[in-house]
Amino acid sequence: MTMTEPNPVLTALPGPAPEVSVTKDMVKRGLVVAPLLIAVCGFIWGLHGAYSSAYGVAIVLINFALAAGTVAMTARISIGLMMGAVLFGYLVRLGLIFLAVLLVKDAGWISLPALGATIIVTHLGLLVWEMKYVAISLAHPGLKPVRS
Amino acid sequence: MEAFAHLVAATGLTADEQKAAAAASSAGFAYGLAAIGPGIGIGYLVGKSVEAMARQPEAAGMVRTTMFLGIAFTEALALIGFVVFILIGL
Repeated sequence: MTMTEPNPVLTALPGPAPEVSVTKDMVKRGLVVAPLLIAVCGFIWGLHGAYSSAYGVAIVLINFALAAGTVAMTARISIGLMMGAVLFGYLVRLGLIFLAVLLVKDAGWISLPALGATIIVTHLGLLVWEMKYVAISLAHPGLKPVRS
Repeated sequence: MEAFAHLVAATGLTADEQKAAAAASSAGFAYGLAAIGPGIGIGYLVGKSVEAMARQPEAAGMVRTTMFLGIAFTEALALIGFVVFILIGL
């Protein structure tokens, strides 16, 4: 008896998209902590820092949403397509972030150190925060919170 | 990089302009190099995840969750390179 090799091109995942719920959680938490980040940047870099921080938070959240949307949409069609979309999506999203910063780099209200710091801190902070919940859910599925 | 410095020097720019040009080119190189590593990492990560999902579709939910977080963590490296780029050369 021969085993058939799994075919990633023909395999589709039509079920619910976990990355969308992960991203929804991260966006919610991002919106909750955004005022604090903006206040801290405003305290350090002034009003320009606060505006730049808000812009940085928006960039990070939109980046997460685009990544999750790409994976969720393409996984319904084929996981081979999903792989291509993730790889090209990485390049496209880096390009979009570059474009978003390039458009405002000479604006009067921008503070590049505040923008850079916000992008890194928000991205990593939200991921580490989400990791905690995902790790608990994977290790102890019974403890996974249910929607009421 | 040295060849680029010679090229810039040959253009007849002032010392400050040469310094600015060198900083911009270095920042561009830094960003490009910073994007290569995560690109390879994401390719490897997604390739292995696709293999796992194709072999065991019932575990796809767990694989997709960890894959997505892995992609985002790997992408953070490119973002750090990007921030260095905007701080040095933009």
